[in-house]
Amino acid sequence: MKITKDIIESHGIKLDEYSKIKQLLDREPNYLELGIFSAMWNEHCSYKSSKVHLKKLPIKNKNVIQGPGENAGVIDIGDDDAIIFKIESHNHPSFIEPYQGAATGVGGILRDVFTMGARPIALLNSIHFGDPNNKETKNLLNGVVSGIGGYGNCIGIPTVAGETKFHETYNENILVNAMAVGLANKKKIFYSKAKGVNKAVVYVGSKTGRDGIHGASMASAEFDENSEDKKPTVQVGDPFTEKLLMEACLELMKKESIISIQDMGAAGLTSSSVEMAHKGNLGIELNLDKIPCREENMSPYEMMLSESQERMLIILEDGKEDEARAIFKKWDLDFVVIGKTTETKNLSLKFKKKIVATIPIDALSSKAPLYDRKWSKKKLSKKKTNIKELKKIKFDEAFFKILSSPNHSNKKWVTEQYDQMVMGDTIERSGANAAIIKIHNKDKAIAVTVDSSANYCKSHPLSGGKQIVSESWRNLISVGAKPIAITNCLNFGNPENPDVMGEFAENILGVKEACEFLDYPVVSGNVSFYNGTNNNNIFPTPVIGGVGLIKNLKKIQNHRFKKIDSKILIIGKTFGHLGQSVLINEIYNMNDGMPPEVNLLNEKNNGEMVLKLINEGFVNSVHDVSTGGIILALAEMSLSSQIGVKILKPKKLSNMFEYFFGEDQSRYVVEVDKNNYFKIEKLLNDNNIYFENIGVTQKDNFELDKDLKTSVKELYEINNKWYNNFNGLIS
Amino acid sequence: MNSTVIVFPGSNCDRDVATALTKLQFKNKMVWHKDNNLPKSDLIVIPGGFSYGDYLRSGAIAAKSNILKEVIRAANSGCLILGICNGFQILIETGLLQGALLRNRNLKFISKDVYLKVINNDNKFCKNYKKNNIINLNIAHNEGNYFTQKDHLKELEDNALIPFKYCDKEGSINDKNNPNGSMNNIAGILNNKKNILGMMPHPERMIDSLISNTDGIELFNSVLN
Repeated sequence: MKITKDIIESHGIKLDEYSKIKQLLDREPNYLELGIFSAMWNEHCSYKSSKVHLKKLPIKNKNVIQGPGENAGVIDIGDDDAIIFKIESHNHPSFIEPYQGAATGVGGILRDVFTMGARPIALLNSIHFGDPNNKETKNLLNGVVSGIGGYGNCIGIPTVAGETKFHETYNENILVNAMAVGLANKKKIFYSKAKGVNKAVVYVGSKTGRDGIHGASMASAEFDENSEDKKPTVQVGDPFTEKLLMEACLELMKKESIISIQDMGAAGLTSSSVEMAHKGNLGIELNLDKIPCREENMSPYEMMLSESQERMLIILEDGKEDEARAIFKKWDLDFVVIGKTTETKNLSLKFKKKIVATIPIDALSSKAPLYDRKWSKKKLSKKKTNIKELKKIKFDEAFFKILSSPNHSNKKWVTEQYDQMVMGDTIERSGANAAIIKIHNKDKAIAVTVDSSANYCKSHPLSGGKQIVSESWRNLISVGAKPIAITNCLNFGNPENPDVMGEFAENILGVKEACEFLDYPVVSGNVSFYNGTNNNNIFPTPVIGGVGLIKNLKKIQNHRFKKIDSKILIIGKTFGHLGQSVLINEIYNMNDGMPPEVNLLNEKNNGEMVLKLINEGFVNSVHDVSTGGIILALAEMSLSSQIGVKILKPKKLSNMFEYFFGEDQSRYVVEVDKNNYFKIEKLLNDNNIYFENIGVTQKDNFELDKDLKTSVKELYEINNKWYNNFNGLIS
Repeated sequence: MNSTVIVFPGSNCDRDVATALTKLQFKNKMVWHKDNNLPKSDLIVIPGGFSYGDYLRSGAIAAKSNILKEVIRAANSGCLILGICNGFQILIETGLLQGALLRNRNLKFISKDVYLKVINNDNKFCKNYKKNNIINLNIAHNEGNYFTQKDHLKELEDNALIPFKYCDKEGSINDKNNPNGSMNNIAGILNNKKNILGMMPHPERMIDSLISNTDGIELFNSVLN
C-alpha cells in the first residue's frame, strides 16, 4: 500500500514527523511500520510535549526505591515491605464509552502495579464531569461509576477513596483517573528491562482482538463532532480474566524465572515489546503467527496495534518455560512463546514466514520527537472580591446552598457502589481525609488520598500546583500518616496552544516547589493532553495521589467528632481569602480573582505540629480545612459523627463570610478535651503555631453565634437531597 | 475444628474468610475448584467473589464444578456448609438452598454496612447470638434480592429457617431498611435440616474492631462451640 498524505494524517503523524521517520529508516515505512510509529510517537506514549518540563520534578527521597520511568513508582515502608503505586487517566475512552472506558482504566492501572510484583491492596479514583444539567452528564456519571465498581468489585480490590466533581469545563471532555496501590516484598520487585540474548519472549493472558486499535492515538487528539465514531477504539474489560492473570503472575513471581515483565497497556504489543528491548539495549523478534487471536484473519497491523486488555509480555530465564506454562495452565490462560530477544537492536516482525517490519528500537524510543513547545505566562486576574456584594445572600442560605450543591453533597451514592471492605484491611473508607489500609497481618498501615483543585490551577497555575500538593500532604497528616511520595495525573488541554502549554509549565513549577519543600517527591504519573473539544480546552486539572505511612496503628486519627463539650481549635491562620472559593465561584458565580496562596513554611510547621498532636494522643478528631472553608470542615465533622457544634464569633473577625468560607491554606480543625487544653495551648505557643479557639462540640445542634442555628439531622437532609433529585429516586 | 474454604478462580473473599477462621482457631484448608477431594471438614465455606466471572447468572457455572459435587455430598451427609455472598448464590444454583437471588432492586451494586436482626438462633451457626440481637455487617453485592415462592416463604418463616433479616439501628424491619428488595427483608436462609446457611452479608469482614466491628465473630464461634 502506498503511504499517502491522508494515511499519514489519519495516523496522527505530522508531515515533518513523517520526514523524520523516513530519515531514521533510510526508506519509506510500510503501512504496518507507519502504524507502529504512530503508536509509539503519539503524545500518550512518547510524552513528547511534557518531557522537558517533567524533568524538573523531584523524584527522590530516602524512601524512594523506584521513581518515574517504570510501570509504577516504588517506596520503602520499612521491614521488607514496599508500596508500588501509580495513577493514570482514561479520559477519552470514558467519554466515548463510559462503562468500558472507566472499567479498563481500572484494569490498566492494576496491571501496572502487579506487573512489578505487588499484590494490589487499594484502588482510588478522581472523576470529573460536566455541569449536572448538561444532558450527557447523568449517563456518563452512571456509566463511569458502575464501570469503576464493576471492575474493582469483581477482581476483589477495595476502592477506598476518590473524588467526584462537576464543572461545565468538562461538559465535552470528562476526566476519569484511576490509581492503584500495591504491596510487595522489596527484594522481589520486577522491572521491564530485558536482559540477555535469545531469551524466550512469552505472551500470556487474554487473546488479542480488534478492540482498542489506535486507542493511544485517539487519546492524543482533541474531540470533534465525529467522536462518537471512535467507539471501536475503546477496549472492553474482563475483570475475571484480569484476576486470573494477576494470580498467575504473582504465583510465577514467587519462582526465580522472570527476567522482565511488562503489561500490554496503551499501544499493546508494540509498546510492551519496544519498552523491554529499549531498556535492555537489545532487539526483539516476534513471530506474529503465534499470537493468540480472538478473531480470524487478523492482520499484523491489527495484532500490533490492538489494545485488547488483560495481556502481559514476559521474558523468561532459560529452561523455565515448563514451570511457567504449568502455572498459566492452572489459571486457564494462554501461554505462548512468541519470540526472542536479539542482538540486532531492531524490532523485527515475522508473519507467514516473511519479515513484515524491521524498525530500529531507538527510532521508536529515544529518537522519538521531543518538543519544547512555545508557552506563555498566565495573565493573572487583578479583580478583588467586593465584600458588599456578599450581603445579597444570607449566611445560612449560602451555607445550605453549598452543602446541597453537587460538588459538596454527600457522595455515598457513588462510594456505596464500590466494595470498600474486600481484603479485610480497610480501616478508614471513602469520605475521610484519607483512606487507611492496614498492611495485612502487621501493626502498620498506609494512608492514601487523591486530590485536585482545577479552578485554583486555572486562575493561577503556579499557586494551584503548590496548593494541590500541599492539600494532599495535609490530608495524609490529618489521619496521622507521615506523607512519603506522590503520583500525579496531569490532565490538560491541547499542548500546541501556548496558553495551555503555559498552564502546564507553570503548574509543574508549583508542584515542584511544594514537593521539594515538603520532601514529598513524584514517583510515577501520567500526562493526559488534548482534553478538550473543538479548541475548547478544559481547566488544567492535575490530580495528585498521595501515600503516607502509619507506623503505629494506635496513632491513627479521623475527622469524626468524638465527644460532647470538647474544645474546637483552628490550627493555622485565617485571613479570609475568598478568591476562587466555593462561595464566590458556586454561589455568586464570580470566577475572577486569585486562589489562596500557600506559605510552604507554615504548611510544614502546622502539619508537623498536627502530626505531633496526634502522636501524643492530644486530639480527639482532626480535619483539614479545604474547599468551603471552616464552616464546611465543621459540617463534615458533625455529619459524620452526629455531634453538633457551638461556635462563637472570633474576636478578630472582620467579616463572617470571609472568616467561615475563606479558603486560606495550611489549616486544620482539631477537637481537644478540655482537660488537655492548657497542655496543648502551651505546646502550640512554644512552637509558634498560630491557633484560635472557636467553640465547643455539643449535642444535636449546629450553631454559629446568632447567624446560624440548625440541627445536625437537618444538615444531613440538606447534604443528601441533591443526588436523589438528580437521579429521580425517591429519598 | 476443621474448616475448608472452596476457592474458585474468581473468589475474592477466600483469603478474608480464611483469616477469620484461622484467627478463631479453626484448622483451615483451602481447596481449589478443580480438585475432586475434600479434606475432612466440620465446616465448609463457599466464599464471596465472582466464581467464574459470573457473566452468566451468578454462581451458575460454579454450581456445576468438580468440587461442588463433593460439597453437595458432604452437605447431604450433614456437614455444616456456609455460603457467603457469591457462596449463597452458588448454594441457590446447586439447589441446596431454595429460591432465587435477583438483581438488587435499584439495579446497582450495593456496598455498605447494614443492620441485621437475629430472627432465629436455634441453629448451629447462630446459637451464640441472642434472639433479636441487632448486629452490623457489611454487604457488597449486585444480586442479593432474595425471592421465593409463597409457600416456601411461609415454610422459612414457620420453621425458623431465617436467621437474619435486614433492619434499622433500632431493629425495626420494614421496606425502608431493606437494602436490596429481598422478600420479608431476608438476609440469609437455612435449609430444612439447618446444616446449610446462605447469607448475603459478610461476617468475615467484622472480626476486628480496628477495621470495623466484631459482630461477625459469634457466627464462627457458634460453629466452634
